[in-house]
Amino acid sequence: MQLARVIGTVVATVKNESLQGRKLLVIQSLNKDLQEQGKPLVAIDAAGAGVGELVFWCRGKEASFPFKREDTPTDCTIVGIVDSESHVFRE
Amino acid sequence: MILAKVLGNVVATQKNHRYESARVMLCESISPEGEATGNTLLALDAVDAGVGDTVLIVQEGWSASTAATGKMGAAIDSAIVGVVDRIDLL
Repeated sequence: MQLARVIGTVVATVKNESLQGRKLLVIQSLNKDLQEQGKPLVAIDAAGAGVGELVFWCRGKEASFPFKREDTPTDCTIVGIVDSESHVFRE
Repeated sequence: MILAKVLGNVVATQKNHRYESARVMLCESISPEGEATGNTLLALDAVDAGVGDTVLIVQEGWSASTAATGKMGAAIDSAIVGVVDRIDLL
């Protein structure tokens, strides 16, 4: 999993049937200092996240497990919302 | 599996229910020589690792989910499955 900031939303009317009703969000992964790490990605939301929030996301096949249809085609899913920036504890 | 150093943890009240009671650890991958690669990731703790520990992280869903929650099929892609005591290189 990786930390990320939700930086936008995506609207797609025509999409795979099992993506119907799912929220698509643009996220930017972050490193330990909450600086950008890697390219922005499009994620499906499984945690109720919104733009501006600090979240963490799961990659790969596992990303489809939160959904009832495990064949939901995603490799990037938001699975948690970090309470605030001060709830990222590091040495 | 990859080698990483535990830097801290994150607190998330609102999360996928399969993450409940799990500790989400902030880690940085390292080389076998112990140098940070600059890549940060989050992993669920399955072995009571602490800040500063060098750990083994499995990055495969089935193993990570089983190790961290006892059951497969959770949206977990990384889990800490060992605390490294020593690395011997040629």
